[in-house]
Amino acid sequence: MVFKTILLRAAVYILMPCLFLAFWAFMARHLDNEVILPGVGQVAELFTQPTESLIAMGSLTRNVAISLVRVLAGYLLAVCLAVPLGILMGYYGTVFKLLNGFLALFRPIPPLAWVPLVLAWFGVASLATLFNVEKGTAYLYLNNLKFSMVFIIFIGAFYPILTSTIHGVMSVRSTLLDSARVLGASERDIFRKILLPASSPSIVNGMRIGLGVAWMCLVSAEMLPGSLSGVGYLITHAYTLARTDIVIAGMISIAVIGAFLDLFFRIVEDRKFAWTRLTR
Amino acid sequence: MTDAPILRIETLRKDFRTKNGTGVEAVAEVTFDIPENDFVCIVGPSGCGKSTLLRMIAGLETATAGRIDYRGEAVSRPRREIGMVFQEYSLLPWRHVLDNVSLGPEFLGAPRAQREAKAMEYLRLVGMEDFSRAFPHELSGGMRQRVAIVRALANDPDVLLMDEPFGALDAHTRILLQKELLRVWENHRKTILFVTHGVDEAIYLADRIMVMSARPGRILDVIDVTMERPRLRANPSYGPLAERILAILEQEAAASFRDAVEPQYNDT
Repeated sequence: MVFKTILLRAAVYILMPCLFLAFWAFMARHLDNEVILPGVGQVAELFTQPTESLIAMGSLTRNVAISLVRVLAGYLLAVCLAVPLGILMGYYGTVFKLLNGFLALFRPIPPLAWVPLVLAWFGVASLATLFNVEKGTAYLYLNNLKFSMVFIIFIGAFYPILTSTIHGVMSVRSTLLDSARVLGASERDIFRKILLPASSPSIVNGMRIGLGVAWMCLVSAEMLPGSLSGVGYLITHAYTLARTDIVIAGMISIAVIGAFLDLFFRIVEDRKFAWTRLTR
Repeated sequence: MTDAPILRIETLRKDFRTKNGTGVEAVAEVTFDIPENDFVCIVGPSGCGKSTLLRMIAGLETATAGRIDYRGEAVSRPRREIGMVFQEYSLLPWRHVLDNVSLGPEFLGAPRAQREAKAMEYLRLVGMEDFSRAFPHELSGGMRQRVAIVRALANDPDVLLMDEPFGALDAHTRILLQKELLRVWENHRKTILFVTHGVDEAIYLADRIMVMSARPGRILDVIDVTMERPRLRANPSYGPLAERILAILEQEAAASFRDAVEPQYNDT
């Protein structure tokens, strides 16, 4: 009986993916054109040898790793700027009035719309240019971190993190601040021991959304000139060679890694912020 | 009384500015002294500025005019000697009870072992030592307020301001906590300024009751309660005293109701 319920419960979760795979397999056979829709097996085969070099661009894992580093660079930059700024804007009304209207002007601009400007500003400059490295393995690594890409990813991640941080700080109940002040808290204590922990669930939620957006900006960022690697570039390059199987493999990699990053945040939220669910 | 009062409030006034720009007088020219170790209750209709008055004494709000002296020193910002307990839930929900109670000493920079020992000592005072590792959301409303009171006491204040601390509790728990508060006050001799709208609560607790008017808050009457403690609600002087205070409040409520219905008489 128990075994049967476990089986049933698992079936509910995997039913839709299985149906989807079956539909894909059926359509692939029906169309019989591997450029329009390659077979399930053909794509799966790419994942069985993830370290094999593809279309002279290096392996799938290598490109995924490069993309991850790029996303993290732009993302961490966004976190480092948006969180302190959001806390200040949420706490000091004057800072909020000063910056909110201004920042709201840039919010509706899709990250992709920045591409022409960003290219004009940064061109193909990368960390290698910054550190003046022109050859060797260090060059290979640093040159992959183009400013233009990092900027696009940064813009994508910045706003969700900022908005959630401001919201988190603004919704800290004033009684918590008042009671801390009466107990002798300095402004520094207020920030470190009240505002930051009280708003951290909201900040982490913003960081989760921000990472999702950053990850989605990746493909557009990696389509920029000067890019020669990364999953985004792998997808566009495979497209020009009509290797649809590699396109799909790249898409699946993005999806799976994105889901794992999201899962990581969900676990953090569950473990660390149990108190938010339990307090009215 | 030969002793200098611990708190001296002189012609204290507070005006608020509402969103549409009109000024509202919340507290009007209030003057009174609080002698050391007294238990003083302030009763008044809701919205009469009692909380504002308390917040000004705590240093959380600045007065429009007038002066607050604590032992002869002007109060303009929160200070350790003046503690406060709020009606709303004020414990930090991400910290367990012990870490909440040791918050004051923590802000003062006391080492962990020392502040935890102190917090435990105070938790024992209200029989909450077994809950030191519990989180606020695991406690009942009465237990949370016990912790909030003990947290204020662990900071060693001389004056304890209490803003309707039992207002959100059920009647039975409220009576229990009133009793406990008196016990703590008798053993630790603090000066307590306790705001409530419960006349019964004020009579049960206070050495002296100040009755405040409807907005703008003024002090209408100061009544000394001389009944022996522990006070019984069946005490013959209990009823007449309650009647007397209720009559003042009723008159005030009627007045403020008239103002609310016909505000134009106020403006001209």
